[in-house]
Amino acid sequence: MPQFISAAQSPFTTIVGLEVHVQLQTQTKLFCSCSTRFGAAPNTQVCPVCIGLPGSLPVMNRQAFLLAVKAALALDCTIAPFTKWDRKNYFYPDLPKGYQISQFDLPFSSNGTLEVVDPKGAFAPRRVGIVRVHLEEDAGKSLHDETAGTGDTRIDLNRAGTPLCEIVTQPDLRSPQEARAWLNELKLLLEYLSVSDCNMQEGSLRVDANVNLHIPQPDGRMAKTPIVEIKNMNSFRSVERALIYETKRQWGEWQETHAEMGKTPKQTRGWDDPAGVTRAQRHKEESSDYRYFPEPDLVPVTVSFEQLADLRASMGEPPVALRKSLEKRLSISAYDADVLVNQGRAFVDYFEELASILGVGKLASNWMQQDVMRTLKERGDTITSFPIRPAGLANLISRVTAGDFDTSRAREIFAEMLVGGRSAADVIATLGIAFVGDDELISVCREIIAANPKIVADIQGGKEQAAAGFIGHAKKKNPNINPSKVRAMCIELIRAIQ
Amino acid sequence: MQPADLSAIDIVTAIRQGDLTALQCTEAFLNRIEQLNGSINAFLNIDRDGAMATATAIDARRRAGQPLGPLAGLPVAVKDALCTADLPTTCASKMLALFQPPYDAHVVSRLRQADAVIVGKTNMDEFAMGGSNENSAFGPVHNPWDLSRAPGGSSGGSAACVAADMAPVAIGSDTGGSIRQPAGLCGITGLKPTYGRVSRRGLIAFASSLDQVGPMARSAADCALLLETIAGHDPGDSTSLAVDVPRYTELLEQPLTGVRIGRVPEHFAAGLDPEVAKGVEEAFAVFKAAGATVHDIQMPHAKYGVPTYYLVAPCEASSNLARYDGVHYGHRCAEQSQRTGTKTSGSELPLVEMYCRSRGEGFGPEVKRRIMLGTYALSSGYYDAYYAKALKVRRLIRQDYLDAFQKVDLIGGPVSATAAFTLGEKTGDPLAMYLVDLYTVCTNLAGVGGISFPCGFTKSGLPIGFQLQSPALAEPLLLRASDRFQRLTDWHRRRPSLPASATSLPVARAPH
Repeated sequence: MPQFISAAQSPFTTIVGLEVHVQLQTQTKLFCSCSTRFGAAPNTQVCPVCIGLPGSLPVMNRQAFLLAVKAALALDCTIAPFTKWDRKNYFYPDLPKGYQISQFDLPFSSNGTLEVVDPKGAFAPRRVGIVRVHLEEDAGKSLHDETAGTGDTRIDLNRAGTPLCEIVTQPDLRSPQEARAWLNELKLLLEYLSVSDCNMQEGSLRVDANVNLHIPQPDGRMAKTPIVEIKNMNSFRSVERALIYETKRQWGEWQETHAEMGKTPKQTRGWDDPAGVTRAQRHKEESSDYRYFPEPDLVPVTVSFEQLADLRASMGEPPVALRKSLEKRLSISAYDADVLVNQGRAFVDYFEELASILGVGKLASNWMQQDVMRTLKERGDTITSFPIRPAGLANLISRVTAGDFDTSRAREIFAEMLVGGRSAADVIATLGIAFVGDDELISVCREIIAANPKIVADIQGGKEQAAAGFIGHAKKKNPNINPSKVRAMCIELIRAIQ
Repeated sequence: MQPADLSAIDIVTAIRQGDLTALQCTEAFLNRIEQLNGSINAFLNIDRDGAMATATAIDARRRAGQPLGPLAGLPVAVKDALCTADLPTTCASKMLALFQPPYDAHVVSRLRQADAVIVGKTNMDEFAMGGSNENSAFGPVHNPWDLSRAPGGSSGGSAACVAADMAPVAIGSDTGGSIRQPAGLCGITGLKPTYGRVSRRGLIAFASSLDQVGPMARSAADCALLLETIAGHDPGDSTSLAVDVPRYTELLEQPLTGVRIGRVPEHFAAGLDPEVAKGVEEAFAVFKAAGATVHDIQMPHAKYGVPTYYLVAPCEASSNLARYDGVHYGHRCAEQSQRTGTKTSGSELPLVEMYCRSRGEGFGPEVKRRIMLGTYALSSGYYDAYYAKALKVRRLIRQDYLDAFQKVDLIGGPVSATAAFTLGEKTGDPLAMYLVDLYTVCTNLAGVGGISFPCGFTKSGLPIGFQLQSPALAEPLLLRASDRFQRLTDWHRRRPSLPASATSLPVARAPH
């Protein structure tokens, strides 16, 4: 961990605020009924409204609005009883109307919080204030054709009009690491609510970060470095790296120039991921005047107490509450609850079903964190398409608990069950695994004791670990035999001989 | 009979009764359009083939006994600001000279569903910005009463074509008087409905919070007929009102006894032409004779109407017209060697240059003027002083109407300060041109209804217009009062002295 992150040793405090754009998971766009599906051929999901043909008019997608309200409620925001739309005017080829329908002075929600806690205590729990959450339409995409060398730009308007939620935080984060952890928590929350799929590769979630340093001066005054807005970060890891870089850069610049906030204009820097640096972008965009004014083609939106109550009721437990509830209900550790909850809603549902069948949270948690998570990772799969359903896995685990076979044998069965989602019983039958009774166990052990005097001598000499040597012999006689039982039985029989 | 002799109601009745075919009617009007359009320039696009095909199909359906819509066979001219899927829609701008919309405006769909026959698209001021029709990129419209004069604007083509009997009815749009003022100057009847009464979907926006589509015809009764078809809720226009549409044509009979009409003394201050003033005062006398009462009322903020309008409308226009950037459709400047030939990707210069040249070439001077006015007034540092203040005054004007309509049922007065002015008379003075909207802009700022109709003629034979304004959604009263006036006068029956129609309608007599 870079040394300057530690507040105790650092000569400055890092101040970070985030602006997050999240695409809402709706079937259709914000102001028309075109599909929002990602990956379609360019300009195939467009209509007169989203390409801004003359005379076309927007009609608000109420579902998108309610989904955004749900997100704001989960962020503890105050929901405005009355909200309106504004036009943000600027010229750009992928903005077909020459303005974006957004919200300016009356966003639908404001004044929320979202806390992030690190279960390992890497940083103290951090409550981050949410300035506002507002709704707006996305622009299209400009595809710059670099290969042709002509400088041609192609426009894809499939994305134009997709509902976007903009979440603006207070500058409450105090380190790059916190920023990354907070973003993970935000993403998790939005996924739990099914508000967004938060897929950064597909552009469903975009982050800009504002960062500067507060540097205590010998005279007691607090010096503040100029705020820098960082753009073009394509992953949360990039956000963390960019912030680390920018903190270092600002510290270096401060030591050289002692330039303070307000004396130079706010700067926008783009993150160059391969190079690992931020680079200054032109100041021109900073001076743009968006000439916001109320959108006359739309009417103000109201939301009733009943609708808010319905939305609240439909939300389910957010991750923060779910962690505590799992910890309490299923007697698992805070760490385990965190790991499980961080895997997403469907994973937790699977886990809860498994735990309830088994009646033991810890055992279910171990299987989920080890075997299930490892398999999902190897297969690049999600729990919803996992071939073994909770009842089947519970059946397997309970037979281990009953001592029918050991864990390594169970893992072999587990691996077979993954192929085509077969049941444990089916796999056991195919593999010819049968329960080995005590009589059979004793008879096998007597035979191998008689045939292996050297091992017997070792054990009698006090080397109990030599009993492992029996297991291979026992397996040859009966592959279904439980190795730990063989070991225990052989030792018992040898002691009886003595 | 001459096409001029039949009202729209007569035409649909005659066609329904089989006294006239849709084809005969359509052909007569098309011939009239072709006869006069060279001198009047009311139409930008005449759809002879489409109109004849529609009329033929209507006649076939009638013969087959199939049900027909309420406007079956009625020729309608549509302002070129409304999108038509089968005809180019230019807004009289070079910017959209080649623009073919892929869809019909809601009003156009309603007309087609009612079996009206769209004969063509009418000339207008570019993007509906103007009060004389001289801002058309395709030449001005000439007033049928005096071809050297302006028809008013911006729906000048729609007004002139009805006045010249090139169409029995037309569709216009009114942002600050663009239906009522040209109707007044051309001696026809034009209604600006309450904001939200008629869908704006497919109307190329000038100022979204003010724009409203409405009927233009030779009488209030014909306006009522047309409004029945085009009014009504459209879920595709969020500002469209979800209020049932009355049967306007069936609500005209009740006398005006006891109806209170307001008269604003300030309307008769300096600047109002004495001949117009006389015609308007005589109209008040007609209403009194019809049983209405006339009361002087105050509209304290009306004097701020024009400055308020010339902030609100250009602000919205500056944003509404941003989409004409040469990127996706509309005029784009020719590629020139100003491109250096070197790799330009990522550089903004060619893009900004393309924007500037495309917009510079595509828009006319008045449109540019209003875009600049609006852009300036919305800019940071000026917003509060101009746009925000204009919105406050707009609220005060709206309140004036609410207060006035506590005391009276309608407000009467002049529609414009003078009769039709000469082409070129005001083109050098934009402020003088803005004042032609003096009596009409407040109606739009308040979102209420207004109608204008002829109430006399000047000595030189030009029509004088009278305007009535009503509370929101009081179109039935607006139409009833105008219709009553037209039952008691014959100003609306006077026709300009134009050559007789080459094709007459084979109808023995008017159906009623």
